[in-house]
Amino acid sequence: METITLPHLPQFPLQVVLFSEVKNADFLRQQLLDGNTDFEYAFLDAAVILSREHVFAACFRAINDTLQSRLKSKNVHSEIVFALSPNNNISESFRRFGVSDTTKDLLAIKVASRDAVHTETHLKESVQGTVVPFTDEVLAGMTDEACLRKAYKIDVVGNEADAYVVGMIALKGS
Amino acid sequence: MADAASSSARVNALHKFPPPFDTSDESFELIAQGAESLLYRTTFSTTGQPAALKVRPEKKWRHPILDKRLTRARILAEARVLVKLSGEGIAAGGSTPGKRAKVKQPKEGEKGVAGLRGFVPAVLALDWERGWMMTEWVYGRTVKQAIHDTQAGRRAVEREQRLQDLKELLRRIGEVVGKLHASGVIHGDLTTSNMMLRPYDATTPDPTSTDSLDGDVVLIDFGLSTQSVSDEDRAVDLYVLERAFGSTHPREEDLFPEVLTAYAENEGSGMNGKVGKLVLRKLEDVRMRGRKKSMVG
Ligand SMILES: Nc1ncnc2c1ncn2[C@@H]1O[C@H](COP(=O)(O)OP(=O)(O)OP(=O)(O)O)[C@@H](O)[C@H]1O
Ligand SMILES: [Mg+2]
Repeated sequence: METITLPHLPQFPLQVVLFSEVKNADFLRQQLLDGNTDFEYAFLDAAVILSREHVFAACFRAINDTLQSRLKSKNVHSEIVFALSPNNNISESFRRFGVSDTTKDLLAIKVASRDAVHTETHLKESVQGTVVPFTDEVLAGMTDEACLRKAYKIDVVGNEADAYVVGMIALKGS
Repeated sequence: MADAASSSARVNALHKFPPPFDTSDESFELIAQGAESLLYRTTFSTTGQPAALKVRPEKKWRHPILDKRLTRARILAEARVLVKLSGEGIAAGGSTPGKRAKVKQPKEGEKGVAGLRGFVPAVLALDWERGWMMTEWVYGRTVKQAIHDTQAGRRAVEREQRLQDLKELLRRIGEVVGKLHASGVIHGDLTTSNMMLRPYDATTPDPTSTDSLDGDVVLIDFGLSTQSVSDEDRAVDLYVLERAFGSTHPREEDLFPEVLTAYAENEGSGMNGKVGKLVLRKLEDVRMRGRKKSMVG
Protein backbone atom coordinates (compact mmCIF):
# COMPACT_ATOMS: atom_id res chain seq x y z
CA MET A 1 0.00 0.00 0.00
CA GLU A 2 1.11 3.50 -0.72
CA THR A 3 0.17 6.64 1.14
CA ILE A 4 0.28 9.74 -0.99
CA THR A 5 -0.14 13.33 0.01
CA LEU A 6 -1.13 15.53 -2.90
CA PRO A 7 0.50 18.96 -2.94
CA HIS A 8 -1.76 21.58 -1.33
CA LEU A 9 -3.96 18.95 0.31
CA PRO A 10 -1.96 17.89 3.39
CA GLN A 11 -5.18 17.16 5.33
CA PHE A 12 -6.27 14.55 2.80
CA PRO A 13 -3.71 11.78 2.48
CA LEU A 14 -4.62 9.07 -0.02
CA GLN A 15 -4.13 5.41 0.70
CA VAL A 16 -3.87 3.56 -2.56
CA VAL A 17 -3.73 -0.17 -3.21
CA LEU A 18 -3.60 -1.70 -6.66
CA PHE A 19 -4.90 -5.27 -6.93
CA SER A 20 -4.51 -7.54 -9.90
CA GLU A 21 -6.56 -10.63 -10.76
CA VAL A 22 -9.42 -9.73 -8.47
CA LYS A 23 -11.82 -12.61 -7.81
CA ASN A 24 -14.65 -10.96 -5.91
CA ALA A 25 -15.45 -7.82 -7.89
CA ASP A 26 -19.18 -8.60 -7.74
CA PHE A 27 -19.08 -8.75 -3.94
CA LEU A 28 -17.19 -5.45 -3.73
CA ARG A 29 -19.62 -3.76 -6.07
CA GLN A 30 -22.53 -5.05 -4.00
CA GLN A 31 -21.08 -3.49 -0.84
CA LEU A 32 -21.08 -0.11 -2.58
CA LEU A 33 -24.62 -0.60 -3.89
CA ASP A 34 -25.80 -1.56 -0.40
CA GLY A 35 -24.15 1.51 1.03
CA ASN A 36 -22.14 -0.61 3.46
CA THR A 37 -20.34 2.04 5.51
CA ASP A 38 -17.37 -0.26 6.08
CA PHE A 39 -16.66 0.18 2.40
CA GLU A 40 -16.05 3.89 2.04
CA TYR A 41 -13.55 3.54 -0.77
CA ALA A 42 -13.16 4.58 -4.35
CA PHE A 43 -12.98 1.29 -6.24
CA LEU A 44 -11.74 2.01 -9.74
CA ASP A 45 -11.48 -0.33 -12.68
CA ALA A 46 -7.79 -0.20 -13.57
CA ALA A 47 -8.61 -0.96 -17.20
CA VAL A 48 -9.60 2.68 -17.71
CA ILE A 49 -6.70 4.24 -15.79
CA LEU A 50 -3.88 5.74 -17.82
CA SER A 51 -1.37 6.70 -15.18
CA ARG A 52 -0.81 7.88 -11.64
CA GLU A 53 -1.25 11.47 -12.77
CA HIS A 54 -4.64 10.54 -14.16
CA VAL A 55 -5.71 9.15 -10.78
CA PHE A 56 -4.32 12.11 -8.85
CA ALA A 57 -6.13 14.59 -11.09
CA ALA A 58 -9.44 12.92 -10.29
CA CYS A 59 -8.60 12.79 -6.57
CA PHE A 60 -7.64 16.46 -6.49
CA ARG A 61 -10.79 17.43 -8.30
CA ALA A 62 -12.99 15.34 -6.00
CA ILE A 63 -11.36 16.61 -2.81
CA ASN A 64 -11.49 20.23 -3.94
CA ASP A 65 -15.15 19.88 -4.87
CA THR A 66 -15.80 18.32 -1.47
CA LEU A 67 -14.09 21.23 0.26
CA GLN A 68 -16.13 23.66 -1.81
CA SER A 69 -19.38 21.82 -1.04
CA ARG A 70 -19.94 21.03 -4.68
CA LEU A 71 -20.31 17.27 -4.47
CA LYS A 72 -22.40 15.83 -7.27
CA SER A 73 -22.43 12.35 -5.78
CA LYS A 74 -22.66 10.90 -2.27
CA ASN A 75 -19.19 11.44 -0.85
CA VAL A 76 -15.60 12.11 -1.74
CA HIS A 77 -15.01 8.48 -2.75
CA SER A 78 -17.86 8.25 -5.20
CA GLU A 79 -16.84 11.71 -6.39
CA ILE A 80 -13.43 10.38 -7.44
CA VAL A 81 -15.16 7.88 -9.71
CA PHE A 82 -17.43 10.62 -11.03
CA ALA A 83 -14.51 13.02 -11.55
CA LEU A 84 -12.83 10.53 -13.87
CA SER A 85 -15.70 10.65 -16.28
CA PRO A 86 -15.70 13.40 -18.89
CA ASN A 87 -19.47 13.83 -18.76
CA ASN A 88 -21.97 14.57 -15.99
CA ASN A 89 -23.91 11.35 -16.02
CA ILE A 90 -23.31 9.81 -12.60
CA SER A 91 -24.48 6.28 -13.28
CA GLU A 92 -22.51 6.15 -16.51
CA SER A 93 -19.39 7.26 -14.66
CA PHE A 94 -19.83 4.42 -12.15
CA ARG A 95 -20.39 1.92 -14.95
CA ARG A 96 -17.31 3.01 -16.87
CA PHE A 97 -14.81 3.84 -14.16
CA GLY A 98 -16.04 2.08 -11.05
CA VAL A 99 -15.75 -1.55 -10.06
CA SER A 100 -18.07 -3.80 -12.04
CA ASP A 101 -18.72 -7.53 -12.00
CA THR A 102 -16.20 -7.98 -14.79
CA THR A 103 -13.42 -5.92 -13.20
CA LYS A 104 -10.14 -7.78 -13.29
CA ASP A 105 -7.70 -5.27 -11.85
CA LEU A 106 -8.84 -2.89 -9.18
CA LEU A 107 -7.48 0.35 -7.80
CA ALA A 108 -8.70 1.04 -4.28
CA ILE A 109 -8.40 4.53 -2.79
CA LYS A 110 -9.20 5.74 0.68
CA VAL A 111 -9.19 9.47 1.36
CA ALA A 112 -8.23 10.77 4.80
CA SER A 113 -8.68 7.58 6.73
CA ARG A 114 -9.17 7.97 10.46
CA ASP A 115 -7.29 4.73 11.01
CA ALA A 116 -4.76 3.98 8.31
CA VAL A 117 -3.73 0.62 9.73
CA HIS A 118 -7.32 -0.55 9.87
CA THR A 119 -7.93 0.66 6.31
CA GLU A 120 -5.01 -1.30 4.97
CA THR A 121 -5.96 -4.47 6.82
CA HIS A 122 -9.60 -4.18 5.86
CA LEU A 123 -8.82 -3.61 2.20
CA LYS A 124 -6.44 -6.52 1.98
CA GLU A 125 -8.93 -8.77 3.76
CA SER A 126 -11.88 -7.70 1.64
CA VAL A 127 -10.39 -7.71 -1.82
CA GLN A 128 -9.46 -11.13 -3.13
CA GLY A 129 -6.60 -10.28 -5.40
CA THR A 130 -2.85 -9.80 -5.60
CA VAL A 131 -1.37 -6.55 -4.36
CA VAL A 132 0.90 -5.09 -7.03
CA PRO A 133 2.93 -1.86 -7.13
CA PHE A 134 0.95 1.24 -8.08
CA THR A 135 3.25 2.39 -10.90
CA ASP A 136 2.71 3.74 -14.38
CA GLU A 137 4.22 0.59 -15.86
CA VAL A 138 1.91 -1.75 -14.00
CA LEU A 139 -1.08 0.47 -14.81
CA ALA A 140 -0.13 0.53 -18.47
CA GLY A 141 -0.21 -3.25 -18.54
CA MET A 142 -3.77 -3.24 -17.22
CA THR A 143 -5.37 -0.74 -19.61
CA ASP A 144 -8.08 -1.72 -21.99
CA GLU A 145 -7.32 0.60 -24.85
CA ALA A 146 -10.68 0.24 -26.53
CA CYS A 147 -12.50 1.19 -23.30
CA LEU A 148 -10.25 4.16 -22.71
CA ARG A 149 -10.67 5.40 -26.26
CA LYS A 150 -14.41 5.22 -25.92
CA ALA A 151 -14.57 6.75 -22.46
CA TYR A 152 -12.53 9.81 -23.40
CA LYS A 153 -13.25 9.94 -27.12
CA ILE A 154 -9.58 9.77 -27.95
CA ASP A 155 -7.69 8.11 -30.77
CA VAL A 156 -4.39 7.76 -28.98
CA VAL A 157 -3.85 5.96 -25.70
CA GLY A 158 -0.46 6.46 -24.14
CA ASN A 159 1.71 8.98 -22.36
CA GLU A 160 0.80 11.66 -24.87
CA ALA A 161 -2.86 11.40 -23.89
CA ASP A 162 -2.22 12.14 -20.21
CA ALA A 163 -2.23 15.93 -20.46
CA TYR A 164 -5.45 16.00 -22.43
CA VAL A 165 -7.28 13.61 -20.13
CA VAL A 166 -6.11 15.50 -17.04
CA GLY A 167 -7.31 18.72 -18.70
CA MET A 168 -10.71 17.18 -19.36
CA ILE A 169 -11.03 16.22 -15.70
CA ALA A 170 -10.14 19.77 -14.68
CA LEU A 171 -12.71 21.26 -17.08
CA LYS A 172 -15.47 18.84 -16.33
CA GLY A 173 -18.82 20.48 -15.67
CA SER A 174 -17.80 23.86 -17.06
CA MET B 1 -2.81 24.88 9.52
CA ALA B 2 -0.51 27.58 8.27
CA ASP B 3 -1.95 30.20 6.00
CA ALA B 4 0.01 29.99 2.79
CA ALA B 5 -0.23 33.66 1.99
CA SER B 6 1.04 34.78 5.36
CA SER B 7 3.46 31.99 6.19
CA SER B 8 5.51 32.26 3.05
CA ALA B 9 7.77 35.21 3.60
CA ARG B 10 8.63 35.33 -0.06
CA VAL B 11 5.12 36.31 -0.96
CA ASN B 12 3.85 39.64 0.07
CA ALA B 13 0.24 39.08 0.94
CA LEU B 14 -1.33 40.92 -1.96
CA HIS B 15 -4.49 38.98 -1.53
CA LYS B 16 -5.89 36.01 0.25
CA PHE B 17 -5.17 32.77 -1.56
CA PRO B 18 -8.26 31.01 -2.80
CA PRO B 19 -8.95 27.60 -1.28
CA PRO B 20 -7.46 25.03 -1.16
CA PHE B 21 -4.22 27.05 -1.33
CA ASP B 22 -5.06 29.00 1.83
CA THR B 23 -4.28 25.86 3.82
CA SER B 24 -1.44 24.58 1.66
CA ASP B 25 1.98 23.82 3.05
CA GLU B 26 3.70 24.29 -0.31
CA SER B 27 5.57 27.46 -1.15
CA PHE B 28 4.39 30.07 -3.61
CA GLU B 29 6.72 32.37 -5.42
CA LEU B 30 5.20 35.43 -7.02
CA ILE B 31 6.47 35.57 -10.59
CA ALA B 32 4.32 38.22 -12.18
CA GLN B 33 1.53 40.56 -11.26
CA GLY B 34 -0.70 41.67 -14.09
CA ALA B 35 -3.69 43.94 -14.09
CA GLU B 36 -6.09 41.04 -13.67
CA SER B 37 -4.06 38.20 -12.34
CA LEU B 38 -1.17 36.99 -10.23
CA LEU B 39 1.16 34.27 -11.37
CA TYR B 40 2.87 32.06 -8.81
CA ARG B 41 5.36 29.31 -9.12
CA THR B 42 4.48 26.39 -6.89
CA THR B 43 4.23 22.65 -7.25
CA PHE B 44 1.33 20.43 -8.14
CA SER B 45 2.76 17.05 -8.86
CA THR B 46 3.70 14.35 -6.36
CA THR B 47 7.02 14.22 -8.19
CA GLY B 48 7.75 17.77 -7.09
CA GLN B 49 7.78 19.33 -10.52
CA PRO B 50 7.02 23.03 -10.61
CA ALA B 51 3.67 24.35 -11.77
CA ALA B 52 2.22 27.76 -12.55
CA LEU B 53 -0.73 28.97 -10.50
CA LYS B 54 -2.69 31.83 -12.01
CA VAL B 55 -4.99 33.51 -9.57
CA ARG B 56 -7.58 36.06 -10.56
CA PRO B 57 -8.41 37.81 -7.30
CA GLU B 58 -11.72 39.45 -6.65
CA LYS B 59 -11.98 42.99 -7.90
CA LYS B 60 -13.53 44.90 -5.08
CA TRP B 61 -14.38 47.89 -7.24
CA ARG B 62 -16.38 45.78 -9.66
CA HIS B 63 -19.94 44.67 -9.05
CA PRO B 64 -19.60 41.24 -7.41
CA ILE B 65 -21.86 39.39 -9.84
CA LEU B 66 -20.24 40.98 -12.88
CA ASP B 67 -16.82 40.33 -11.41
CA LYS B 68 -17.57 36.66 -10.85
CA ARG B 69 -18.87 36.31 -14.36
CA LEU B 70 -15.85 37.99 -15.94
CA THR B 71 -13.39 35.96 -13.88
CA ARG B 72 -15.17 32.78 -14.78
CA ALA B 73 -15.26 33.65 -18.48
CA ARG B 74 -11.56 34.52 -18.59
CA ILE B 75 -10.45 31.42 -16.73
CA LEU B 76 -12.62 29.13 -18.80
CA ALA B 77 -11.64 30.72 -22.10
CA GLU B 78 -8.02 30.11 -21.26
CA ALA B 79 -8.45 26.59 -19.89
CA ARG B 80 -10.69 25.40 -22.72
CA VAL B 81 -8.29 26.51 -25.39
CA LEU B 82 -5.29 25.01 -23.61
CA VAL B 83 -7.05 21.68 -23.14
CA LYS B 84 -8.27 21.67 -26.72
CA LEU B 85 -4.73 22.27 -27.95
CA SER B 86 -3.27 19.61 -25.67
CA GLY B 87 -5.67 17.18 -27.31
CA GLU B 88 -4.42 17.83 -30.82
CA GLY B 89 -3.72 14.58 -32.53
CA ILE B 90 -5.28 12.74 -29.59
CA ALA B 91 -8.93 13.74 -29.37
CA ALA B 92 -11.25 11.92 -31.71
CA GLY B 93 -13.14 14.73 -33.46
CA GLY B 94 -11.36 17.26 -31.31
CA SER B 95 -14.05 18.11 -28.77
CA THR B 96 -13.56 19.02 -25.13
CA PRO B 97 -16.10 18.57 -22.36
CA GLY B 98 -18.66 21.18 -21.46
CA LYS B 99 -21.44 22.53 -23.60
CA ARG B 100 -19.65 25.58 -24.85
CA ALA B 101 -16.44 23.72 -25.32
CA LYS B 102 -17.61 22.51 -28.71
CA VAL B 103 -14.65 23.12 -30.86
CA LYS B 104 -15.05 24.81 -34.17
CA GLN B 105 -13.54 22.59 -36.74
CA PRO B 106 -10.84 24.20 -38.82
CA LYS B 107 -11.62 24.53 -42.50
CA GLU B 108 -11.11 21.64 -44.83
CA GLY B 109 -7.47 20.90 -45.40
CA GLU B 110 -6.28 22.83 -42.36
CA LYS B 111 -7.04 20.32 -39.68
CA GLY B 112 -4.20 18.59 -37.91
CA VAL B 113 -1.66 20.12 -40.25
CA ALA B 114 0.65 20.88 -37.42
CA GLY B 115 -0.18 20.21 -33.80
CA LEU B 116 0.42 22.71 -31.04
CA ARG B 117 0.58 20.05 -28.37
CA GLY B 118 3.76 20.72 -26.42
CA PHE B 119 3.79 24.36 -27.52
CA VAL B 120 1.28 25.45 -24.88
CA PRO B 121 1.28 24.56 -21.16
CA ALA B 122 -0.99 21.69 -20.12
CA VAL B 123 -3.83 22.40 -17.69
CA LEU B 124 -3.44 20.52 -14.42
CA ALA B 125 -6.41 21.78 -12.41
CA LEU B 126 -8.74 24.73 -12.13
CA ASP B 127 -11.61 26.23 -10.23
CA TRP B 128 -13.55 28.75 -12.22
CA GLU B 129 -15.75 29.63 -9.25
CA ARG B 130 -12.75 30.45 -7.09
CA GLY B 131 -10.77 32.04 -9.89
CA TRP B 132 -7.61 30.02 -10.28
CA MET B 133 -5.93 27.76 -12.80
CA MET B 134 -2.89 25.52 -12.41
CA THR B 135 -0.81 24.75 -15.47
CA GLU B 136 2.40 23.02 -16.27
CA TRP B 137 5.48 25.16 -15.65
CA VAL B 138 7.24 26.38 -18.76
CA TYR B 139 11.00 26.57 -18.32
CA GLY B 140 12.91 29.45 -19.74
CA ARG B 141 12.34 33.16 -20.17
CA THR B 142 9.72 35.18 -21.95
CA VAL B 143 10.65 35.97 -25.54
CA LYS B 144 10.67 39.63 -24.53
CA GLN B 145 13.27 38.96 -21.87
CA ALA B 146 15.30 36.75 -24.17
CA ILE B 147 15.49 39.44 -26.84
CA HIS B 148 16.41 42.07 -24.28
CA ASP B 149 19.08 39.78 -22.85
CA THR B 150 20.92 39.43 -26.12
CA GLN B 151 23.60 41.95 -26.67
CA ALA B 152 24.99 42.73 -30.03
CA GLY B 153 28.70 42.05 -29.84
CA ARG B 154 31.21 44.60 -30.91
CA ARG B 155 32.67 42.61 -33.73
CA ALA B 156 30.89 42.43 -37.05
CA VAL B 157 30.70 38.64 -37.00
CA GLU B 158 28.98 38.72 -33.62
CA ARG B 159 26.49 41.27 -34.82
CA GLU B 160 25.80 39.17 -37.86
CA GLN B 161 25.32 36.08 -35.69
CA ARG B 162 22.85 37.87 -33.44
CA LEU B 163 20.92 39.04 -36.45
CA GLN B 164 20.69 35.50 -37.78
CA ASP B 165 19.61 34.15 -34.38
CA LEU B 166 16.94 36.83 -34.07
CA LYS B 167 15.63 36.10 -37.53
CA GLU B 168 15.42 32.43 -36.73
CA LEU B 169 13.57 33.15 -33.51
CA LEU B 170 11.11 35.35 -35.37
CA ARG B 171 10.52 32.58 -37.87
CA ARG B 172 9.77 30.15 -35.07
CA ILE B 173 7.29 32.68 -33.71
CA GLY B 174 5.62 32.91 -37.11
CA GLU B 175 5.38 29.14 -37.26
CA VAL B 176 3.88 28.72 -33.84
CA VAL B 177 1.30 31.44 -34.46
CA GLY B 178 0.51 29.72 -37.75
CA LYS B 179 -0.02 26.44 -35.93
CA LEU B 180 -2.31 28.16 -33.47
CA HIS B 181 -4.43 29.72 -36.20
CA ALA B 182 -4.55 26.49 -38.14
CA SER B 183 -5.96 24.87 -35.01
CA GLY B 184 -8.85 27.31 -35.08
CA VAL B 185 -7.67 29.48 -32.21
CA ILE B 186 -7.09 33.23 -32.03
CA HIS B 187 -4.81 34.19 -29.15
CA GLY B 188 -6.19 37.68 -28.61
CA ASP B 189 -3.16 39.12 -26.83
CA LEU B 190 -0.07 38.20 -28.80
CA THR B 191 2.96 39.96 -27.33
CA THR B 192 6.50 38.87 -26.63
CA SER B 193 5.60 38.68 -22.91
CA ASN B 194 2.99 36.08 -23.70
CA MET B 195 5.50 33.78 -25.34
CA MET B 196 8.18 31.81 -23.58
CA LEU B 197 11.47 30.67 -25.03
CA ARG B 198 11.97 27.19 -23.64
CA PRO B 199 15.51 25.85 -23.98
CA TYR B 200 15.65 22.68 -26.08
CA ASP B 201 17.08 20.82 -23.10
CA ALA B 202 14.61 22.20 -20.59
CA THR B 203 15.42 20.07 -17.59
CA THR B 204 16.70 22.70 -15.21
CA PRO B 205 14.09 24.56 -13.20
CA ASP B 206 15.83 27.88 -13.40
CA PRO B 207 16.28 29.79 -16.58
CA THR B 208 19.87 30.22 -17.48
CA SER B 209 20.58 33.81 -18.29
CA THR B 210 22.42 33.20 -21.46
CA ASP B 211 22.50 35.11 -24.66
CA SER B 212 21.10 32.16 -26.53
CA LEU B 213 17.97 32.60 -28.59
CA ASP B 214 17.67 28.85 -29.09
CA GLY B 215 14.58 27.05 -27.89
CA ASP B 216 10.94 26.31 -28.55
CA VAL B 217 8.51 29.18 -28.61
CA VAL B 218 5.72 28.30 -26.17
CA LEU B 219 2.53 30.37 -26.17
CA ILE B 220 0.97 31.37 -22.84
CA ASP B 221 -1.74 33.69 -21.47
CA PHE B 222 -4.86 32.64 -23.38
CA GLY B 223 -7.27 34.67 -21.23
CA LEU B 224 -8.46 36.65 -24.25
CA SER B 225 -8.46 33.83 -26.75
CA THR B 226 -11.36 32.89 -28.97
CA GLN B 227 -12.05 30.11 -31.39
CA SER B 228 -12.29 31.27 -34.95
CA VAL B 229 -11.07 30.41 -38.41
CA SER B 230 -11.85 33.79 -39.95
CA ASP B 231 -9.04 35.41 -41.91
CA GLU B 232 -10.02 38.76 -40.50
CA ASP B 233 -9.63 37.54 -36.90
CA ARG B 234 -6.31 35.95 -37.78
CA ALA B 235 -5.09 39.15 -39.39
CA VAL B 236 -6.06 41.18 -36.33
CA ASP B 237 -4.16 38.71 -34.14
CA LEU B 238 -1.04 39.27 -36.28
CA TYR B 239 -1.59 43.01 -36.23
CA VAL B 240 -1.71 43.05 -32.44
CA LEU B 241 1.60 41.19 -32.40
CA GLU B 242 3.14 43.50 -34.99
CA ARG B 243 2.22 46.59 -32.99
CA ALA B 244 3.32 45.08 -29.69
CA PHE B 245 6.60 43.94 -31.18
CA GLY B 246 7.33 47.36 -32.62
CA SER B 247 6.81 49.14 -29.34
CA THR B 248 8.58 46.54 -27.17
CA HIS B 249 11.53 45.98 -29.48
CA PRO B 250 11.97 49.18 -31.49
CA ARG B 251 15.52 48.28 -32.45
CA GLU B 252 14.44 44.92 -33.86
CA GLU B 253 11.25 46.20 -35.45
CA ASP B 254 12.49 45.98 -39.02
CA LEU B 255 12.97 42.23 -38.60
CA PHE B 256 9.28 41.61 -37.93
CA PRO B 257 8.48 40.62 -41.54
CA GLU B 258 10.32 37.37 -40.76
CA VAL B 259 7.35 36.41 -38.58
CA LEU B 260 4.91 36.97 -41.42
CA THR B 261 7.03 35.18 -43.98
CA ALA B 262 7.34 32.10 -41.80
CA TYR B 263 3.62 32.26 -40.97
CA ALA B 264 2.63 32.16 -44.61
CA GLU B 265 5.41 30.03 -46.06
CA ASN B 266 7.00 27.66 -43.57
CA GLU B 267 6.18 23.98 -43.79
CA GLY B 268 5.72 23.84 -40.00
CA SER B 269 3.11 26.59 -39.93
CA GLY B 270 -0.32 25.23 -40.62
CA MET B 271 -1.02 28.45 -42.52
CA ASN B 272 1.48 28.06 -45.32
CA GLY B 273 0.13 28.48 -48.82
CA LYS B 274 -3.06 30.07 -50.01
CA VAL B 275 -4.74 30.54 -46.61
CA GLY B 276 -1.72 32.30 -45.20
CA LYS B 277 -1.50 34.65 -48.17
CA LEU B 278 -5.15 35.58 -47.71
CA VAL B 279 -4.49 36.42 -44.08
CA LEU B 280 -1.52 38.60 -44.98
CA ARG B 281 -3.65 40.44 -47.50
CA LYS B 282 -6.26 41.02 -44.82
CA LEU B 283 -3.48 42.24 -42.55
CA GLU B 284 -2.81 45.07 -44.99
CA ASP B 285 -6.45 46.16 -44.69
CA VAL B 286 -6.25 45.97 -40.92
CA ARG B 287 -3.11 48.13 -40.93
CA MET B 288 -4.85 50.69 -43.14
CA ARG B 289 -7.77 50.89 -40.77
CA GLY B 290 -5.35 51.18 -37.87
CA ARG B 291 -3.63 54.10 -39.52
CA LYS B 292 -6.90 55.88 -40.37
CA LYS B 293 -8.09 55.44 -36.84
CA SER B 294 -4.95 56.94 -35.38
CA MET B 295 -5.17 59.86 -37.82
CA VAL B 296 -8.72 60.64 -36.77
CA GLY B 297 -7.57 60.50 -33.20
N1 LIG C 1 3.14 28.24 -17.36
C1 LIG C 1 4.06 29.15 -17.05
N2 LIG C 1 5.34 28.76 -16.80
C2 LIG C 1 6.28 29.68 -16.50
N3 LIG C 1 6.06 31.00 -16.43
C3 LIG C 1 4.82 31.45 -16.69
C4 LIG C 1 3.77 30.56 -17.01
N4 LIG C 1 2.65 31.28 -17.21
C5 LIG C 1 3.00 32.55 -17.01
N5 LIG C 1 4.31 32.69 -16.70
C6 LIG C 1 5.02 33.94 -16.40
O1 LIG C 1 4.13 34.85 -15.79
C7 LIG C 1 3.91 36.00 -16.59
C8 LIG C 1 2.45 36.38 -16.55
O2 LIG C 1 1.65 35.32 -17.01
P1 LIG C 1 0.43 35.58 -17.99
O3 LIG C 1 0.90 36.30 -19.18
O4 LIG C 1 -0.27 34.29 -18.19
O5 LIG C 1 -0.46 36.49 -17.05
P2 LIG C 1 -1.06 37.95 -17.22
O6 LIG C 1 -0.44 38.66 -18.35
O7 LIG C 1 -1.01 38.59 -15.89
O8 LIG C 1 -2.50 37.47 -17.51
P3 LIG C 1 -3.81 38.18 -18.04
O9 LIG C 1 -3.37 39.11 -19.14
O10 LIG C 1 -4.61 37.00 -18.56
O11 LIG C 1 -4.44 38.84 -16.88
C9 LIG C 1 4.40 35.61 -17.98
O12 LIG C 1 4.85 36.70 -18.72
C10 LIG C 1 5.52 34.63 -17.64
O13 LIG C 1 6.71 35.32 -17.32
MG1 LIG D 1 0.60 38.19 -20.09
